Amino acid sequence: MNTESNAVPESPRDPQATESQVSLSAVIPESRRLCWSVRRELWENRSIYIAPLAVAGVTLFGFVIATFGRALAVSDLAQRRAVLEEPYTFAALLIMATTLVVAVIYCLDALHGERRDRSILFWKSLPVSDLTTVLSKASIPLVVLPLLTFGIIVAMQVIMVLLSSVVMLASGLSPAELWAQLSLFQMSMLLYHLVVVHGLYYAPIYAWLLLVSGWARRAPFLWAGLPLLAIGLVEKIAFNTSHFAAMLESRIAGGGEAVPFPMAGNAAMHHELTLLTLGRFLISPGMWIGLAVAAAFLTGSVRLRRYQGPI
Amino acid sequence: MTVIEARGLRKAFGATIALDSINLRVDEGRILGLIGPNGAGKTTALNAILGLTPYQGELNVLGRDPWAERDQLMRDVCFIADVAVLPRWMRVWQTLDYLAGVHPRFDRAKAEGFLAKTTINRASKVRELSKGMVAQLHLALVMAIDARLLVLDEPTLGLDILFRKQFYDSLLNDYFDGRRTIVVTTHQVEEVEHVLTDLMFIDRGRIVFNCSMEELESRYVELTVHPEQVAAARALKPMHERQMIGRSVMLFDRVDRQQLAGFGEVRTTSIADLFVAVIDNQVGQAQGVAR
Repeated sequence: MNTESNAVPESPRDPQATESQVSLSAVIPESRRLCWSVRRELWENRSIYIAPLAVAGVTLFGFVIATFGRALAVSDLAQRRAVLEEPYTFAALLIMATTLVVAVIYCLDALHGERRDRSILFWKSLPVSDLTTVLSKASIPLVVLPLLTFGIIVAMQVIMVLLSSVVMLASGLSPAELWAQLSLFQMSMLLYHLVVVHGLYYAPIYAWLLLVSGWARRAPFLWAGLPLLAIGLVEKIAFNTSHFAAMLESRIAGGGEAVPFPMAGNAAMHHELTLLTLGRFLISPGMWIGLAVAAAFLTGSVRLRRYQGPI
Repeated sequence: MTVIEARGLRKAFGATIALDSINLRVDEGRILGLIGPNGAGKTTALNAILGLTPYQGELNVLGRDPWAERDQLMRDVCFIADVAVLPRWMRVWQTLDYLAGVHPRFDRAKAEGFLAKTTINRASKVRELSKGMVAQLHLALVMAIDARLLVLDEPTLGLDILFRKQFYDSLLNDYFDGRRTIVVTTHQVEEVEHVLTDLMFIDRGRIVFNCSMEELESRYVELTVHPEQVAAARALKPMHERQMIGRSVMLFDRVDRQQLAGFGEVRTTSIADLFVAVIDNQVGQAQGVAR
């Protein structure tokens, strides 16, 4: 049996077949390896999509109660409208906060977990370069999570608008203004905010976390925070200034007023002014210095991945 | 064709020298056993060959520099480094999907065929499998890759004897075809004894013994000496002598079997006994130098 099953794959292995296999081998492009590696990350870290989906589910549950319970209990129609319009921004912020937490936890574990459980030896036995691996891991907070957050927020808000439209129509109110929540402008502002701030502007933060997770032998969480604290303290004691802390703060705040958060009431924002501000933010030195720092940290992470083994 | 060639391969961790300028050459179609005590440098040598660690000296694996080109090298090289390095969170079908996605020489149907012979459920997570099943899964994945060099570092550590036997049986029957090359390290020497074509002992970062199995069988003879013949046998300069149940057991290198048969019972040495003899002599030499 064994010898037979051995002979079968052997026989068609004429030189031509081997050649076609060889030429096939060159065909797997690095981009396909990257895609599979990103998929692999999603298999491993299902919290990437489960956490925001769960929060969206809970939010919707609360919203249903608010819509059909609290809103209907208010007899004044203007107040009823207010109750129905109130939770949109809050719900969106909640999802964003969730994905930010998910991103931080993910990054700190991304290059640490595979060394801790020794599976790095398996990954390194495959023809996937360290660069591809690190890029696939970095793409989760930089690309996948912002887009996922956008998708979930939009889906959630569509459901919310549909639900409140029912109540509004039943109350004889026009739901038209509510649909402004879903205007193209609002949506593109949200997408812009997520891609530019959560993706690009936060890039050095995520890259730093990845670097630490690739370097630390244990407690990457501490190693990620302590050096920053130390720099801030030294600066404070030595020069009695706090530029470093201020810089971190402005980075985490997402560039402050430069990128207006897509608030429910902000629909009246002047398009041109906003676009101008957005454009200026995109070419601001802060943005590009941040990206350069992120690139440096990622380069460091690739290098570390190459040298590090299991811990 | 030469698969692995090392010249002056050296690796130090601080003051500890893990590899002390070793020279090594492995040809295509060989099954090499790399045997050595703990901390002898086996794993360091394999890590250098697999591009997992930087090194000094020259090293060429399938025409590539492993440290500089690990990812390209891994298209033609496979390794099982230790048992249980498969990610515990992964499901069996995910390992198949992922390998099919990234590995140009992975034959999915072949892997499925190997798995069908086991009781492994495709929906199971690796953490739900027994240790033996994880080893079976890893072996199925590796055997489905059309690689030219397979490196196994203690592939059966901690498995029960049935799995260990089965592991080497499948490797020989379903995988090895004379064009592939296998390098294996293990402490369970008896189990690989009949699998190997070449043998290499490594101790304190040096290769202290290197020969093919055919050579081993023709060169080395173990003699259990009759008590009255001990002095005569010693005159033939055994490379090693030990006592077993009150009798002397001597190991000879390149001494005529017929001649030895007169002094007692003659048999071909086992790898384990040869290993002990070689390592003991090393220790003796080292002490001699120290004095």
